[in-house]
Amino acid sequence: MDVISFKGIVFIAAALVAVAASVLMATRRNPIHSALWMIVTFFSMAVIYLLLNAQFIAVAQVMVYAGAIMMLILFVIMLVHMEKGEDSGQGKARRSKKTRVVAGLITVILCGEMLLGVLFYRMTGQGGEYPTALVDAVGNVRTVGAVLYGQYLFPFEIASILLLVGIVGAVVIAKRK
Amino acid sequence: MFENNFTWLCYFLSGVLFTIGAIGAILRRNMIVVFMCIELMLNAVNLVFIAAAGSLSSLDGSVFVFFIMTVAAVEAAVGLAIFVMVFRLQHTINADELNLLKG
Repeated sequence: MDVISFKGIVFIAAALVAVAASVLMATRRNPIHSALWMIVTFFSMAVIYLLLNAQFIAVAQVMVYAGAIMMLILFVIMLVHMEKGEDSGQGKARRSKKTRVVAGLITVILCGEMLLGVLFYRMTGQGGEYPTALVDAVGNVRTVGAVLYGQYLFPFEIASILLLVGIVGAVVIAKRK
Repeated sequence: MFENNFTWLCYFLSGVLFTIGAIGAILRRNMIVVFMCIELMLNAVNLVFIAAAGSLSSLDGSVFVFFIMTVAAVEAAVGLAIFVMVFRLQHTINADELNLLKG
C-alpha cells in the first residue's frame, strides 16, 4: 500500500484540479468565469510547487499571479464590459471551419511533440549544489534569497528597472487624453 | 516508486496545461481570455523549470521562475493598458473585429 504515498495523492488531486480548471477557463463564455477558474488553476499549481519543495515560488505564485495579475485582469474585464454573448459566434465574423481544423492540427502536433519529449528524453547531467535535504536544513526562502542577491544580483536589478518601465508605460498608455 | 516518476508526472502535467493554453489562445476571440491562456502557458513552463530544478538539485530554476513572474507582471500591466486603450478607440476587444488595417 506504499505504492502511492500521501504526496502522490495530493499531487494527483492538485493536477486534476489544475487541468479541469484550465479547461473550464479556456471554454467559459463569460470572461469573469474564466478569470475565476484561472485563479483556481493558479492555486492548484501553487500546491504542486509546494510538493516540489519550492516554497518561495509557491507563495510568490499566490501573491503575484492569483493576487496581483488576476485582480488586474478582473478590473479590466469590468472596465471594458463587453456585451453578453459576444463570444458565442452569433456575430458576423464567425470563425470558419478551416481555422478550427488548422488550430486543432497545430495543437495535436504540439501535444504529440511534447509527449514524445516526455516519454523518450531522460535528463542527464551532474547534480547541482543544492540538494533538497541541504536546502531544507537552511530554509528554502533563505537559500533562494542568497542566490538571488548573490549570483543573480545584476539580473535582479534589471528586473526592477523593467518593472518601473512597465508601470510608467501602463500609465502613459491608459491615460485619458 | 512514485517518487521516481514525480518529475516525469510534472512534465506531463505541464505539457497538458501548455496544450490547453495553446488551444485556448488560438480558438478564443476575446482578447482578455487569449491573454489568460498565454498566462497559463507561462505557468506551464514555470512548472517545468521547478520540476527540472528539483530533480537536478539546483536552485536556478526557482530564480528563473522568479524572473518569469516579473516579466509576466509587467506584461500584464502593459497588455491590459493596451486592451483598455483599444476598447476606448474601437468599442470592442473581440480579436476578429479589429481589422482596421485590412483596407
